[in-house]
Order: sequence, then C-alpha cells, then structure tokens
Amino acid sequence: MKSYLLPEFLLERDESKCIQNRACCQACVRQCSNGVHAFDSSQGKMVSRPEKCTGCQRCVVFCPTGALRVVPAPPSYRPNQNWTVERIRDIKKQAESGGVLLRGCGDDTGHRIYWDHLLLNASQVTNPSIDPLREPMELKTFLGPKPERLSLRQGGREDEFELETEILPHLVVETPILFSAMSYGSISYPAFKSLAMAASELGTLFNTGEGGLPLELRKDYGRCAIVQIASGRFGVDAEYLNSGVAVEIKIGQGAKPGIGGHLPGEKVSSLVAATRMIPEGSDAISPAPHHDIYSIEDLSTLIHAVKEATNYQKPVFVKIAAVHNAAAIASGIVRAGADIIALDGLRGGTGTAPKIIRENVGIPVELALAAVDDRLRSEGIRNRCSIIAAGGIRCSADVAKAIALGADAAYIGTAALVAMGCTLCQSCYTGKCNWGICTQDPSLTNRLNPKLGSNRLINLVRAWSMEIKEMLGGMGLNAIESLRGNRDQLRGIGLQEWELDVLGIKGAGE
Amino acid sequence: MMTETCQMTKMEIKMKTVEIDSAGLSYRELNDLMRESMLDGAEKIILKNVTGQKFIGTRLYFPKASKTVDSKKLEIEIFGTPGNDLGAFLHGHSITVFANAQDGVGNTMENGEIVVHGRAGDVVAMAMRGGKIFIRDSLGYRAAMHMKEYEDKTPVLVIGGTAQDFLGEYMAGGIVILLGIGDQEHRANFIGTGIHNGVIYIRGQLEEEQLGKGVIIQELDEHDHQVLKNCVGEFVNHFGAELDVKAEELLQGEFVKLVPASNRPYKAVYAN
Repeated sequence: MKSYLLPEFLLERDESKCIQNRACCQACVRQCSNGVHAFDSSQGKMVSRPEKCTGCQRCVVFCPTGALRVVPAPPSYRPNQNWTVERIRDIKKQAESGGVLLRGCGDDTGHRIYWDHLLLNASQVTNPSIDPLREPMELKTFLGPKPERLSLRQGGREDEFELETEILPHLVVETPILFSAMSYGSISYPAFKSLAMAASELGTLFNTGEGGLPLELRKDYGRCAIVQIASGRFGVDAEYLNSGVAVEIKIGQGAKPGIGGHLPGEKVSSLVAATRMIPEGSDAISPAPHHDIYSIEDLSTLIHAVKEATNYQKPVFVKIAAVHNAAAIASGIVRAGADIIALDGLRGGTGTAPKIIRENVGIPVELALAAVDDRLRSEGIRNRCSIIAAGGIRCSADVAKAIALGADAAYIGTAALVAMGCTLCQSCYTGKCNWGICTQDPSLTNRLNPKLGSNRLINLVRAWSMEIKEMLGGMGLNAIESLRGNRDQLRGIGLQEWELDVLGIKGAGE
Repeated sequence: MMTETCQMTKMEIKMKTVEIDSAGLSYRELNDLMRESMLDGAEKIILKNVTGQKFIGTRLYFPKASKTVDSKKLEIEIFGTPGNDLGAFLHGHSITVFANAQDGVGNTMENGEIVVHGRAGDVVAMAMRGGKIFIRDSLGYRAAMHMKEYEDKTPVLVIGGTAQDFLGEYMAGGIVILLGIGDQEHRANFIGTGIHNGVIYIRGQLEEEQLGKGVIIQELDEHDHQVLKNCVGEFVNHFGAELDVKAEELLQGEFVKLVPASNRPYKAVYAN
C-alpha cells in the first residue's frame, strides 16, 4: 500500500561542511540504525530518506563537522485546531496498518503539570535560612514501615535503655532519588548496568523491572537492587526474590494503567531469554492483571508469599498507576501488608505503550500523591508504609515538591535515560535505539559504556541532591524529614479551588 | 561397637524426620517451625492437623552457597487441609498432601514436586517454571496460567479429573495433562487463550468452541506418546491404587493435543 504519511522531520545538511564523498567519514550513515543516511556513489554525494527519521539527533551529535540539523517538519496540512497534524498522521497510519498505535516514553500531550503550578517557600527574617555549603544537611531517607510508638526497656545498667519495639525491615538511601523500574529486555544490558553501578555509587537503589536480574550482577549490585515481580513473573524464583534488598510487586504503570505488556520476540535475545527464563525469540507477554490477584485479599496473599519466600527480611513494595480511586486503593494496599507504595503518574515513561492509553488513562501523580497521603493520614496508617512518587519527575524541584506533598522519595526513570543519552524520540518500541539504551542489537548496545553511562547518572543525582539541599536550606530546614508532607512550604499558582483542595495547599499570597 | 553404630543410625533417622502438630498455629508460626527444622538438618517434615495454613514450603528457600546447610531437598507430608499458595516459589522440595488443597497450589513454583491426594482450587500452577504437580481429582478455574519453560526446566501439571475455564491461558511453556478419569466431562471454556508455548493434552471429548483464541489441535506424534507415557506413569505411581487405574488403560484413551498457533500471538495487533 502506498503510504500517505509525510516525514516528521526535516534533514538539513550543510553541503559546505559535510565531508561528503570521502569514504572515511560517513559518520551519519553508521550512526543511524533507521537507514536515513546513505552515500550514493553514482552521484558521489550523501543522500537521505527523512521519512525514516525518528528525530533522535544521534547523527547531529556525532557529525564531526556539525553539518547536520534535524528539525521537526513544520505543520504541512492546512492549519486546523481540531484535526492537528498528529491526529491526521495517526489516522493515516492506522488506515494503512489496521493496528494499535504504539509509542515509547511518557504522555507528551500536556495534561496539566502540577509541579509547574506549585511554588516552594523560603525563609525571610523570622526564621534564618541555612547555607548547605557550611551547615550539615541531611538527605538520608528511611523507607519502610515505622512503628506506631517506641518502647524502651531497662538495660544492664541503671542509666541504660534498650529498644523494645521491633523495627521492621526497611531501606536506607542517601538521597530521596531512586531509579525507577526499567527491565533488562526493554533497556539494554549496558543501560541496565549503568543504573546498577550508579545506584551502588550513590547509596541509592535501582529497580530491576520485571525482566529479572542477570546472575552475574547479583553479587555486586544485589545490595542496591529492588527486584520486581510483575504479572509475567519473568525470571522470578526464590533466589531472585532474595537477591535484592526489597521486592516490588508491580500492579500498574503510569504510562499504561490497566494493561499488560508485550516484549516483542525480536528483543528476546539469548541473554534476555536467560534472565527472563523464557525461550529465545518468544514474545514475553505480561497479562493485564496478575491472575492470582483479583482483590485486596489476593494482593495480601502475594505480599505475604513474597515475605515468606524472603524470610521476612525484605520490605515489599506495591507499585500502582495513579488512577481515579488511588487513595482508596492505597489504603487497601497498606492494609494488605505492603511496606512501600510506589505511585506512578500519568506522565510516567515506558518502553512501549499504546498511544491511546498513554494519553488518556490515569491521573497526574501530584494529585494522586496528595490524595493518598491525606487518606492514609486520616486513617492513621501513614506510618505503616512509605510512598514513592513516580511518573514525570523532571528536576530536583519536582522531587522537593513531591516530598512536600507527602512522598518519602521519588523514582526517576525518563530523567535517568535522558542523562544516558535518550532524546525522547519515543521510538523505543522499534528496538533500534541509536543511543544504545532501548535496544538489544549488539551493534547499538555497544555504543553505551556502563562506566560512562553511570558517571552521567551519578553526576545528575549528585547535582539534584545539592539543589535539594539548597532549597531545603532556603526554607530554613536542615533535613529532608522536615519537608516530608510539609505542605505549608507549598503554594499553588494558577490553580482552581478544587485543585488547591485536592493538593491540600493554599494559593500563592494566601 | 556394632550396637553403638546401630544406635547412631537410629538417632540420625529420628533426627532427620520431624513431626509438627499444626493445630492452633498461625501460618507464620508453622512456617517458622518448618524453617527451623530445615536448618536443624531435617530431611523429612510431617505436618499433622493442618487447618488452612498458607504458604507451606515457601519459607524453605536457602541460598546454595551456605556453609552450614547445603540446599538439600526436603520431603514434606501434610495431613489436613493446607491453605492458599501451597508451595509458592517452591525451591525443589517435595510436598505430599493427604487431603484436598486450596487455591494457588505451586504458584510461581521453581522446582520440586507437589502431589495432592484429593482436589485443588483455583489458580493452580500459576506461572510455574519447573517441577511437577500431580492432582488426583479435579481442580478449579485458571489453572496453569502463564506456566513457562526455559531450557531444561519444563513444568508438568497432571490432573486426574478435569479443570475449569481459562486453563492454560497465556501459557508460555510446560506440559499440562487432563486425564478425565471416570469419564469426567471436560466443560472448561476459553482453554489456552493467548498460549504461545507449551502443550496441553486432554483425554476425552472436547469441542472446538471450548478453545480460546490462538490454540490449535494437533495430531499426537511419537514424542507426545512418550511424554504421556512418562507423565501418566508417574501419576499412576502416586494414585493408581487409590483410583484403581492402570497406566495402560489411561493411555489407551483418545487424547486431544492443544498447541499455540504461534509463539507471537499478538504480533499483528500493532501498527508500528
């Protein structure tokens, strides 16, 4: 069928800069896995096929003479506010294929980003601000259940006391920023290892996602791994559950609430197959629900099965997508025995999701977070679990605002990928990621060196942590604990009454 | 000298078999005792008066590299009715139940064997990755869902009677056999929807409408007959006397073999 689709990007090659016919260059040809660039020897010049371009900018970055520019094609149909170029393109694509549209990365349609409508406070006169360069500033975060009260008993000497209360297993991270679940299979081995190495160096945690944890990484990186168990149960056995410091039961994901996932057979290489424990080349299908969880009671059973399998030594996370009744669901999750809830908002990333789901299902994490924190407090069970906010955390201020709204910590996924090279071209599902992140093609994965990838991640998280300290100091706080759920440090701007109400904050100036 | 050796052996045998009265124990207490027994070197654990305690066998994972205890496998006998998730994540031990079992038998089980002298509930062998489960009678809904195999690990589920709807949904590997003993009618619908690996053998009659999407019926070949001979043989070893059946009789019946039409069932769903 003749395709009616127009190219999404324009390629501009500065002929005066391009090395052209010298066969020694052709960097753009080698860098592009989509086959956009080619050297036409009959004409003796470079030619391009812009319709294959995803706009990932790899060729632009790696062109040695800076001769290339890739820009979004300007709207090329008659301007129409209703029938935008994107809508027209989607319809044409579906008319030609009859299939569900896929997209990588999180929702990009611009549903209100509440972080941008929240402003942080700073001390002036009445409470001195603190300079984090001179004063100690504590970002250390404890994740997991906290006892209702502490009781002490008399120790050996008269002035000695011992803790009588049993402290349940919990996690200690040096900064309230954790790497969100990204499975080996959806991302490449070097990308996965970069996250593990960075988490280890930073004293924080990475999350294996549902693709298992390769055996050779368990010894060095198990101590900074959250191992995930999802509806596909890939790579899950007792040894895996015990190989990390915590186990996360994934119920839902912000980018695609309520649906499962299909890792296409092309991405199931022999190594991915070994880690997931499924035959090579077979689709890895994660059903929409866990078929042993049809109720809160069933969830409780799986939580406790995991606790049994790990001898009650590891906290259990339950991750859900932020949806309409998140608060009531979260209450059920805590009562089911979860130690930590991960809330993944509408804008959360993904390797692949149906576009229509990504753009239309779920709610922003800011609203869900505020509602969940409120609900758990009002029911007097907030201490029984920690909350991790995920889905569209773009900078350190988003982390600080999430914590002020009630989160204990934040998960970052997309931001970590961007640090490693991702440019959000949203073509993860093609398996041809030119940045070596979201692909299993060895010629592409080799482009990412875990040492260098982890350095970028370490730099990013250190920079954000420093910025969080600056913000804390400005508020006159010297520990992240003092910001947690401290909504008085937040004011809303450009929000309606109901939004302020859900967020539990005042408007700016109030 | 002789006497002493004999006594030693006797002592050892005694030490290696532990009997636990489960009456009035919570599942956690019972599983604590089982784990302690394992760490003390027990080889066989007999549970008496079991009344619905969950997760039996789940806490018996012990890292292979341990110096004190090797990862030897335990034999567990259960008298009374075990609760949900019997043998969840089971790490190679063998469990025999002399009663009915409930939901979630062998959930995400890795290896070992579970033998139930009775019936079992729903979601049996969910996401099972290895080992064998033998159920003497019938079981409930959603059995063998998302069972999967890898290399030498092929999970096996053999059911004496029949199963209910959604049997083998999303199956990604393994062998499921329904024997329909006593001319049991197979009434399950949506069998094997989304199956992309593995095989289901059903002894008896089956209508095409009972099959889910993506399942096809295939003729049995030599390999299938060998698989059936082995698995049915083991089934009869466990229950032949109780059920008064012989392997040859069972193998003479008509078997329907169900396999996936493709190992990429959803490939055509997407546009890109």
